[in-house]
Amino acid sequence: MIKVLDLQKTFEEKHVLKGIDFIVNTGETFAIIGKSGSGKSVLLKHLIGLLKPDAGEVWMDGKLISAMSFRKLQQIREKIGMVFQSGALFDSMTVGENIELALKKLTKLSGNSLKDRVIESLASVGLEGTEKMMPAELSGGMKKRVGIARAIAIKPEYMFYDEPTTGLDPIMTDAMNRLIKKFKIEEKITTVIVTHEMLTVYDVVDRVILLHEGKIQFDGSPENIKKSEDLVVKQFITGDSTLLSQE
Amino acid sequence: MRRAIFFPIRLFIQFFEGIGAYTVLMVSVFRSFKHWHHSFGFTIDQMIYIGVRSIPIVILTALFSGMVTSVQSAYQFSSWVPSWYVGSVVGNSVLLELAPMITGLVLTGRVGATIAAEIGTMRVTEQIDALESLSFDPVSFLILPRVVAGTIMFPFLIIIADVCGVFGGWVAATTTMDVTTYEFIKGFRTWFHPWDAWFGLIKALTFGFTITSIACYQGYYTKGGALGVGKATTMTVVISCVSIVFLDYLLAALLL
Repeated sequence: MIKVLDLQKTFEEKHVLKGIDFIVNTGETFAIIGKSGSGKSVLLKHLIGLLKPDAGEVWMDGKLISAMSFRKLQQIREKIGMVFQSGALFDSMTVGENIELALKKLTKLSGNSLKDRVIESLASVGLEGTEKMMPAELSGGMKKRVGIARAIAIKPEYMFYDEPTTGLDPIMTDAMNRLIKKFKIEEKITTVIVTHEMLTVYDVVDRVILLHEGKIQFDGSPENIKKSEDLVVKQFITGDSTLLSQE
Repeated sequence: MRRAIFFPIRLFIQFFEGIGAYTVLMVSVFRSFKHWHHSFGFTIDQMIYIGVRSIPIVILTALFSGMVTSVQSAYQFSSWVPSWYVGSVVGNSVLLELAPMITGLVLTGRVGATIAAEIGTMRVTEQIDALESLSFDPVSFLILPRVVAGTIMFPFLIIIADVCGVFGGWVAATTTMDVTTYEFIKGFRTWFHPWDAWFGLIKALTFGFTITSIACYQGYYTKGGALGVGKATTMTVVISCVSIVFLDYLLAALLL
């Protein structure tokens, strides 16, 4: 379970998060949505300890990760898989080496069992036989899928996705949503997704929050967000840029 | 008007903030020494890149530096200065100043700019965040190997530059001027002090650490996209060049 209490973060003069509170229950698939620059990725980075809050707390499985040292965070990160917006694959390594690096660091696998896990992870995202390719040879969608394979290879308890479908065509977006759903069902992973895509929200998640001006504007199920009368929420889910100006 | 007044104050504050952030990063680098064995392989890779692959450009620049020193010193000698003094001028200039200084400046462009661009690109493409999310310490994984490799390999490159510089001076002296090999060596040996060579190596150690650490710092704290990477690379070259010139004077004033 992840618990976020009164989280606040300021960058120079910009107050990005102004007191965020929510809980992600074990096994739940949770989405964070909001306009560009609303602080979604900043919030996600707090959840895995990549950023430290100015105020507030982040708890994971009863441990206060927002105040942990780097060494203690390393133990927590052994159960976390993170998929970055652009894949964040290491340019100088092949696809296989990218996944091996994570496995060597976070698991006790070696030799053939390590190679088998790499092949298995790539197969699970539909990228069999790409082990020897360099990241520069992959398309945007393939890079994201390798990013997922790298994260899923360590068999995490928590998966965090930062805009997994941004920049992908509709078919690839659907394939990505199916992948996230597959891992959620098969591996029973607690999942947090940062996204702009309402299709992903309706299709994949159990609960969603909408960030607006550093605060939570909406917290509820995908069914409820459709029924919301809040103009900010309505504008976001319909994509109607004139909605607020009409008021 | 207000902006014009506050600009120098802001610049002053930013300068000391930069010094503080650099110091904090270097303390983390020294702390991560206890895990050096984790990044041993990467350190060897960096030693090959920084050291071995820089040898051609070091040979080329040192060779011509020695040659031009030889030609210009002969040009400045009047009839009452014996021509065998060319060997002494070339020897002292190359060992004390030219080899460490020119090699340092050339490697600022080749090594420093590359390191800043590499780490800066990793920062803006979230590869450093990815490393951290996989439980790697980016300081011991990315910065320590580069700083260690630079500090170890620069003295070797300076030794090569010393040899090539003196060789270049000898070639120019014996082929284009009326100086024999015997006279050149006589001049070189007459004023040779082993401390000059050691002093060059101390400079090399200092320059190696300075260039790689500044490049790592600039890359590690890169902000923005391609523009940020470009800025980090430019800042690396500018700050490293100024630091080298400053340290060159400081070391000379302290040790000679």
